[in-house]
This record gives sequence, C-alpha cells and structure tokens, in this order.
Amino acid sequence: MSERWMVGFATTAAIGAALGLLYWAGAYELRLGTILAMYIALATGWNLIGGMAGYPSFATAAFFGLGAYAGTLTQVKGVPMVLAWTFAAVVAATVALAIGWIVLRLRGHYFAIASFAVVIVLREVATNWTGLTGGGMGVSLPMLQSSMLAQARLFFAAQAVLAALAVAISLFVAYSKLGFALGCIRQNESAAGMLGLDARRAKTAAFCISSAITGAAGAIYASSIFYIDPSDVFDILLSVKPIIMAMLGGAGTVAGPILGATLFMILEQTVWANFLSVHSAILGALVVVIAMFVPRGLFGRRLRRRLA
Amino acid sequence: MSALLEVQGLTVRFGGLCALNDLSLRAQPGEILGLIGPNGAGKTTFINAVTGAVKATGSVNFNGRSISGLQSFKIARLGLARTYQIVQPFPEMSALDNVAAGALFSGAAPSLAKAREQAEAVLEQVGLGREAHSFAEELTLAQRKRLEVAKGLASNPRMLLLDEVNAGLNAAEIDEALQLIRSIAAAGVAILLVEHLMRVVSGLCHRVIVLHHGRMIADGQPARVLADEAVIEAYLGRRYAERMTVAVGG
Repeated sequence: MSERWMVGFATTAAIGAALGLLYWAGAYELRLGTILAMYIALATGWNLIGGMAGYPSFATAAFFGLGAYAGTLTQVKGVPMVLAWTFAAVVAATVALAIGWIVLRLRGHYFAIASFAVVIVLREVATNWTGLTGGGMGVSLPMLQSSMLAQARLFFAAQAVLAALAVAISLFVAYSKLGFALGCIRQNESAAGMLGLDARRAKTAAFCISSAITGAAGAIYASSIFYIDPSDVFDILLSVKPIIMAMLGGAGTVAGPILGATLFMILEQTVWANFLSVHSAILGALVVVIAMFVPRGLFGRRLRRRLA
Repeated sequence: MSALLEVQGLTVRFGGLCALNDLSLRAQPGEILGLIGPNGAGKTTFINAVTGAVKATGSVNFNGRSISGLQSFKIARLGLARTYQIVQPFPEMSALDNVAAGALFSGAAPSLAKAREQAEAVLEQVGLGREAHSFAEELTLAQRKRLEVAKGLASNPRMLLLDEVNAGLNAAEIDEALQLIRSIAAAGVAILLVEHLMRVVSGLCHRVIVLHHGRMIADGQPARVLADEAVIEAYLGRRYAERMTVAVGG
C-alpha cells in the first residue's frame, strides 16, 4: 500500500510541477523543463529494451533522428504538428520492427554494436538523400507566429505529455505479461524459450514501443528548434545519455530512468556547464564509475526487489 | 498403439564429431524411460536435438505430428518440457514466478495471475510450497533441481525430459525425487530420465536405453540391460557387474 501511496504522491508532485512551470515560469526554465521531460521519455524508452529485456541498445539516436526527420518532412508538407509527431512515432516503430527482427537475433556486445551501426547507417542515408532530406544542409521548419513564451509552453507541454505517456506505458508493461517475459529474457533467454516463450516476438515488441517513444521525442524536438541536420539529430550522445540515465537510476525498473534522468539533468546543468571543455571526459568517467560501483543503479536493487 | 514420442534415425554432428548416430526410439504415455551412458555418450545432445536446441537430421514425431526443425518454443508449447543438467533458474525472480513462467509461456495459463495460481499448486506438489517467495538464487541445489522439474511440470506437459535431476542430491533427497517422478508418470506423463545413478535407473525405469559414442548399444528392461556384456564393457565396468552378480546370486 505504501508503494502505491508513493507513486500517487510522485505523480501529483510531477503534475503540480509541470503546471507550475506552465503558468509561472519564463522561457528559460520552460526550456530546461522541456529537456528534462525529453530525457525522461528517452531514458524510459531505452529502459524497455535495454533495462527490462537486457538488450543494450545504442539505437536511440537512430530512432530519435528518424522521428525528427519524419516529423519535420511531413510538417513541411503541411501536415499539422501533432499529427506529424504521431506519424513520426509510427514510422519509428515500423522501422524498428524491420530492423529489430534482424538485429535482435544478436545478444550482448554483438547486439550493442549492431544497434550502434543502425545510427550510422540512418545518418548516412539522411546526409546523402539530398532530394528528400536536404542532406548536410538540413531542413528548416516555418517559424510559428506566436510569442517566445507561448512556444516554450507548447513544446514543454508536448514533451511532458510524451514523458508521462512513456512512464505510463513503462508501468503498464512492467506489470503485464510482456514485462514478465522481458524479465525472463534478461535473466535467461534460452531457458525462457525452452518453456515456450517466443522471445523474439517479445523483444521486437519492446523494441518497437521503445522506438515509437524515441521517434516522437525526436519529432517534438525538431519542431521546437525549427531546424535539423543529420549531425544534430543523429548525434551518438543521444544514444549514450539515456543509457547513463537509466543505469544511474536503476535499469529495469520503472522509477529508475525517471530518477536517473533528473539526476543527470542536474549534473549536466551544474557541473558540466562549468567544465565545458572536459564535458565528454566527465561523461566517460561517469559511465566507468556507474559500471564499476553501482551496476544496478542508485535505486535499482531496492526497487526491483520491491517490484518482484 | 502409436507412440507419444517417436524418433527415427536422429543424427547430430558437431563438425567431424558424430555426437548422435542414427538413434531411433519410442516412448509411450506414462512410461519412464532411462537414458544412460558414459560422459560424452550423447545423452544431453539427444535432449537438445529433440527440443530443437541443436540442429539434427532424422525425424522426430511428437503426439502425432512432426516436430523436426521446429523452434524450441513451439516444441515446448506442444507439451514437450525439459530440465537442464546445470539448473537454469531465473535468479532474480521468486520460485513462484519461476514456475509461473512455465505455466504462462507454454500457454497452460491464460494470464499472469492464473499462472501464479497454478504455480502455487505445482510448488506444493514438488515440495517447495514453503519456498514460493524465496528468490531462486537463494535456494539449495536440491531445491533448484526440484524447481527445474516444477517449471517443466507447470507447462502441463505430455512428456518431461529430465537431465540428471538427481545428480548432487543426498540419499533422502533422491528418495523424494523418485516419488515425485513416479507420481508424475502415474498421471500419464511420459518421462525420459538421463541418469548416472544405477539405483534410480533400476528402481524407477520401465525401460532403459544405453548410449555409447552416440550410438544405442542396448534397449530393454533395466535388469536385462544392466547385465548386458556390451553395457558392462562400455559403461558400468567389470567390478560393478561382479558386485551385481554376487548380490543377485546371494
């Protein structure tokens, strides 16, 4: 019962904070809130395949970029914004279905490298398919005819709704048959198969859901900055950061990625803003420290035990 | 009467090594079949080949349909369950959820809640009722072996392939395991038992098959097979045979 109480409290606090930001905050705070919401969506999305199923995907940047391009190109053609975001999620899920069916045959390091390759391939496609994507020149979206603050509010609300949706999906999956199956896959995939589990189907489902969330986040991001190019939306840091966040908080749990994303955001804003030149070195050091000392994340073991 | 499991000319090659050579056998519902032989004879390979874990040539029919070349999870759903020689639990899950996985993935239970309900009954049946909420990694070896059986049993199988479920158990634990296996077979489930303990084989099996270098060298009732010259030569050893003769003679 106390767990349910905590979840209720956290939900209320999050909604309160979001509404507070919408009404009282300025454009700068709203932009920080937008980044945080996006991080939560990305970390939660990654966690479905990377945490729950234990498949360390580096493909987040691929589906983020794919979603960004799908959303932008349809908006350029005149499709309304929200519809374009939805379309981006569908495109990401569809491509994930095709790619996942193949790369999810691989395990561990092999899967990680294959998923990383997906980012590079899609980035190359976006760079070279000039007729569709504008190539390295990127694509611009028409500016919105509203005030800066109104825009900041709109995109914050969009990423926040996506983050809430992602968490709701994650919570639903965690307690469903699919989540149970993913846990078994993470712990012993061949034994799960021998009990009759179609592991490939479960993994692919998780990969598709994860990619849909990531694609939508990319599309909203693209709308919010009005201009995208391949090096920005297929940035490999977009793959690495969600992994760090989820692992920092506790991969495989519902709350872990949320807490991890928040903590990461605080780190990024305070420490890193002051050490811009060694920014990547600190990121690398953080990965090593997490892997060595808290492989289950700061909140991981406790949360997982409670959920089990 | 048509057999539940019918294997014809099963052959498995690992490169130049022929791990299983032209093996044929049948099993009836409720039958307890022993599979014995020295290490490396192909016993586990046989289980792997039948359950689709390794590629094999030859034909395997189960419950009236061909399962050759079928994926493992599909074979499991048809009611052919196995255990592993080296136990394969889901370590971070409770014993209850481990068994529930067997009920859920095989299709024996329609939902997770139902699967847990069924798992509880199965845990009772194998004597792990009190361990339901312990994590699998916290169980003793004997308990983990029984957990393996429970996972297979929860799928409501027609046939269970048990790979050395008694290895490493003490005498009292073995007695319990024997009773359990007997009761499962009595319910009509066919059992194939890979075993090294002759006490278990002779006391439990209706029929024994002996493998040596991937070939079947004997097939018949335990007493007859264990007295067979070729079996003694390949597996049991002279001294065991002499002891048996003395025991039988005295």
